[in-house]
Amino acid sequence: MSRLKNKDTITSIALVAPSILAVGIFVYGFIAWSMRVSFSAWKGLLPDYTWVGLKNYIELFSDPRFWIDIRNTITFTSVFVIGSILLGLFLAVLLDQNLPGENFFRSLFLFPMAISFIVTGVVWRWLMNPATGTRISGFNQLFDAIGLDFLINTWHTTPRWGIAAIALAAIWQMSGFTMALYLGGLRSVPDELREAARVDGATELQIYRHIVLPMLNPVTLSALIILGHISLKVFDLIIAIAGKQLPLDVPAIYMWQATFDGYFFGRGAAIAILLLLAVSLLIIPYIIYNIRNEADL
Amino acid sequence: MSSLTRRPRFHFRFQPRYLLYIPLLLMSVFYLIPMYVVIVTGLKSFDEISLRTMWTLPSGINFDNFVVAYQNLAPSLWNSINMVVPAAIISSFIGSINGFVLARWKFRGADIIFPILLFGMFIPYQSILIPLVEFMRTINMYGGLPGLIMAHVIYGIPITTLTFRNYYATIPKEIIEAARMDGADLLKTYRHIILPVSIPSFVVVLIWQFTSAWNDFLFAVVLTKPEFWPVTVALNNLAGSQIIAWNVQMAGALLTALPTLLVYIFLGRYFLRGLMAGALKG
Repeated sequence: MSRLKNKDTITSIALVAPSILAVGIFVYGFIAWSMRVSFSAWKGLLPDYTWVGLKNYIELFSDPRFWIDIRNTITFTSVFVIGSILLGLFLAVLLDQNLPGENFFRSLFLFPMAISFIVTGVVWRWLMNPATGTRISGFNQLFDAIGLDFLINTWHTTPRWGIAAIALAAIWQMSGFTMALYLGGLRSVPDELREAARVDGATELQIYRHIVLPMLNPVTLSALIILGHISLKVFDLIIAIAGKQLPLDVPAIYMWQATFDGYFFGRGAAIAILLLLAVSLLIIPYIIYNIRNEADL
Repeated sequence: MSSLTRRPRFHFRFQPRYLLYIPLLLMSVFYLIPMYVVIVTGLKSFDEISLRTMWTLPSGINFDNFVVAYQNLAPSLWNSINMVVPAAIISSFIGSINGFVLARWKFRGADIIFPILLFGMFIPYQSILIPLVEFMRTINMYGGLPGLIMAHVIYGIPITTLTFRNYYATIPKEIIEAARMDGADLLKTYRHIILPVSIPSFVVVLIWQFTSAWNDFLFAVVLTKPEFWPVTVALNNLAGSQIIAWNVQMAGALLTALPTLLVYIFLGRYFLRGLMAGALKG
């Protein structure tokens, strides 16, 4: 028996070691490598690891383009996260009423999750065609036809706020996911609790306001963190809708252009590391919170 | 109490809560609009195509757009298939073995492995992109499909391992202990006891990896040369070109979305489970 146990331990190690090693190298080793590049003077096709300290970071913060990126990321994140949470919660509450056809609607609201941001982007770029007058098309034409003229706008070509139009396409794609998270949360509210409140004479609205919604706070936290970290990484969707344009620039696109179009490897790595730091600020507390919760069980 | 005040019931009686179908249907329109435009445009003949008539129904059914889109995207569709199938299968087996070992094996330091894996799941891939390209160049795997498959398999380890591990944690210990009493070692236990009950988890993980590798753009655009472009990169290129008309782009978008959409329509239940595992683990 104990010989079998020893043999099992050796087998176990042999089975997981390659994966642990791979994650160690390709995730953590490569992050360290990227950091090293971000402290280097590497510019051009050939690697150059001459140490320049924080130079790349300092240059970034005095670079107007990087400030456009930060502003765009804040705008995109606000619109996308708030929009997806409100819409997701609204849909989840609607679906929580046990109406016939619930499964159909749930599948419908979730289907955009199955397709690529590139597909969404290619389609939405035509829906959000900014042309007006005789060349009007897409949503603008639809608004024109149904008398909602005041909604006609220039979408992602709007100066300063264009990135918010991109966030609309992202909301279309991801709000079903938020709905699924909230629906899971709503279903875990015990029926007895609602029943008890009804007996006490509470209206359905009061039940939601004072009993159900407060119980959804952990779901909201998860949604905020997951959507927030997705929006920091946004890249494909913008590329597919608008290509690489300065007014719609974000850190992931700047990183891409600096590195692979311009061969400013040092600067590209610095953007990547700052992106990683921003994502870590959201994700690390979330991981700690999740692990503690699991330990409690 | 309430039953005393309840009015008599009739068949098909209108209930106020049926009003909720109004917002539900309006929201359905919002989610279906892009789908409608894509299908309607795709079915129009070339003479009918105009941005002005984007919303009108086609006068007949015509597959010209799809034929042209397919001619443009065929090589990359095959690249995607050749990349996604091995990537999903290899990922699932690695995840299953890791998940099995980590679910039943309590060793010192096991607690540290989960946060380390979880963090790897959420990192922005930009932060490993430069080393990844350098590494692929060094080992001569840059430009083709094997390198891309390798990237999907390695960066898929955290999510596949955690999904399987959470599933295996629910298998009663007694079953495994009984097998070991009969003298089965770890590999035999895995093969004869664990693997047969793992099918649902395999479906979840296969679908998850299939969908994320198919929809990926970042790894594909960095690691492959044009002749090995997967379909997402080729579609984006098609959309960016001045020569290809928008109606063909729309048809191309539908072709690109079709495989994952079909998986979603037929195996949606499993897709949702993968989604939740990816978000909340467990």
